[in-house]
Amino acid sequence: MNKTRQPLFHIVKRGEMPWYLNWCVRAVSIVLALICCSVITTLVTSENPIQIFATIIDGSFGSSRKFMVLLQNTAMLLCVALALTPAFKMRFWNIGGEGQALAGALAAAACMILMKDQPNALVIVCMIVTSLVAGAIWGAIPAFFKAKFGTNETLFTLMMNYVAIQLVAYFSVVWENPKGSGNIGVINPLTKVGWFPEILGSKYALNIIIVALVTIGMYIYLKYSKHGYEISVVGESESTARYIGIKVEKVVLRTMLISGAICGLAGLLLVGGTNHTLNANIVDGRGFTAVMVSWLGKFNPIWMILTSLLLVFLGRGAGEIATDFGLNSSFGDILTGIILFFIIGGEFFINYKLSLTKSSKKEENK
Amino acid sequence: MLDAILSFLPRAIAQGIPLLYGSTGEIITQKSGNMNLGIPGVMYVGGICGVIGAFVYEQSLASPTDLNPALAVLIPTLFCLIGSLLMGLLFCFLTVTLRANQNVTGLAMTTFGVGFGNFFGGSLVKLSGADMPFLALSATSNCFKKSLPIADKLGVFGDLVLSYSFLAYLAVIIALVAAFIINRTRTGLHLRAVGENPATADSAGINVNRYKYVATCVGCMIAGLGGLYYVMDYASGIWANDAFGDRGWLAIALVIFTIWRPNVGVLASFLFGGLYILHMYIPSGMNLAVKELYKMLPYVVTIIVLIISSLRNQRDKQPPQSLGLPYFREDR
Repeated sequence: MNKTRQPLFHIVKRGEMPWYLNWCVRAVSIVLALICCSVITTLVTSENPIQIFATIIDGSFGSSRKFMVLLQNTAMLLCVALALTPAFKMRFWNIGGEGQALAGALAAAACMILMKDQPNALVIVCMIVTSLVAGAIWGAIPAFFKAKFGTNETLFTLMMNYVAIQLVAYFSVVWENPKGSGNIGVINPLTKVGWFPEILGSKYALNIIIVALVTIGMYIYLKYSKHGYEISVVGESESTARYIGIKVEKVVLRTMLISGAICGLAGLLLVGGTNHTLNANIVDGRGFTAVMVSWLGKFNPIWMILTSLLLVFLGRGAGEIATDFGLNSSFGDILTGIILFFIIGGEFFINYKLSLTKSSKKEENK
Repeated sequence: MLDAILSFLPRAIAQGIPLLYGSTGEIITQKSGNMNLGIPGVMYVGGICGVIGAFVYEQSLASPTDLNPALAVLIPTLFCLIGSLLMGLLFCFLTVTLRANQNVTGLAMTTFGVGFGNFFGGSLVKLSGADMPFLALSATSNCFKKSLPIADKLGVFGDLVLSYSFLAYLAVIIALVAAFIINRTRTGLHLRAVGENPATADSAGINVNRYKYVATCVGCMIAGLGGLYYVMDYASGIWANDAFGDRGWLAIALVIFTIWRPNVGVLASFLFGGLYILHMYIPSGMNLAVKELYKMLPYVVTIIVLIISSLRNQRDKQPPQSLGLPYFREDR
């Protein structure tokens, strides 16, 4: 026990690192991840690695349709990530984006189905209002208990996801069409009531524009508004926030209302803008992926555009590999997982540095 | 009515065993302050590694009759433990050594693990040349499913208590042993100290990183056994992609439900197992939709427990205080 063992390295926290070095580290980890992925893919498929990279790029830029899907998926992922960001900044681990977005989607679909004989404009207004409110409520329930009684928010929001999923599954059967299928097919396929208008000749364009506006709005909100300041103070230290007279409970509740409402917006855009239907998989795990987008983008909405684009690009590339080489589609998940591990591990080298331990007599005498 | 209950209870218990494994593993992990949201992925990896082991062993035999029951059980178990150990090491390396965010790492591990399970599951199905989209390892499964021969002769008692396979009893034993170690031994005291306040533990001379590593890896291995039990026993050796479903998240729910006590987990997991399959036993007539609402029950119950435990605010009924926070000695 008394043997003092001197480690070869010790770890030192870095101060500020210039942003370009920051992104260099990330680029290196992504390159390493891609090399690792291509080695694995080569082993599994015995194709040459360059072909594999070409396939990854082809997955996103192969055709104009693929490119639009890339943008649409990025926009939707970014939307959920933007929603989670203010909560994360205040150290409120909202991993319930999935459930909040589903609540919004459910509300939007409910308006489309129940008001199918009403004028289109009225339906769309109702959809917007109800889905934002539904998302906000779904986010505010855990926030209320966190603020009042300190209930663990990570676990609470996680459970709320499954409550929302089952609620959607319930209504999928209630509103099933045709009867007995257990699915809500495309809603109002003939009248197109509640469908958002196509602009610029694509049903994706409106979603992308809306999310771009939300991104700018969120950037300004977090950086230049009083609310944004309060959020970061609460995140840094709750006691400081109390000391300078910020009502922490109010900030938590307000931020989660916003967070949930934007998640609800994501659900609304998915139902009204692109899918025109509802099922329990409509959010497609974005609530979870968005956690990583937000965290990797250092909670900065502008960087998050890049990180969400990156994750969607890699995910679609991995999917393309899986289909092109006749692998099962879960291969994409493995590759995405590996890439994430590398990026997560790479963060270490941004925050800390290793330095060689100088061996000195003094320390050995301790 | 009685018959219905008698057929319901053993199935609820069988359904609860994977959850018990998962939650015991996660409780040990969380007691060390690591919140491993990768448990669903780990359970998938544990299951598929067991399947790979069994598949390799069955394929290596000249004829199915050569199957040695001891090997047929040992090989998949070993594969399963190694696979889930590797997942645990990965989580620890990223969160303890590299101090990455635990929520993010855990979610990435779930993505990876579920993909890993489904990919290899799908590939093995292809390799085995089956027409069906699943892989059947019934010979191996029969070895796993051996129950006590006297169970049939003891009527109701035998059915309810003795009719399970060894992995089911192992789950209960592991949970009880874990409860004992956590609450009654020095190791457990140190473990709890690390989870509550690593800085204090560190100054008392406890090796924080070692405790976190060991607790998380052991936890992952136990959780992995849950995946193995599910495939080999509950599903009778049939691997179908995504069949394991969201049981991993339910296991995490169970951790909260039992307020971090593995011994309570034994009964609570049976309750959750019951809630999970309750929708099959509720007479709902033509109204299929209601069944979906019943599937919500375990989660709603967990939320209620979470709220109540925070309302009562008793110190011994709280999550470990530094749960989810990385520890860096120089950070103080």
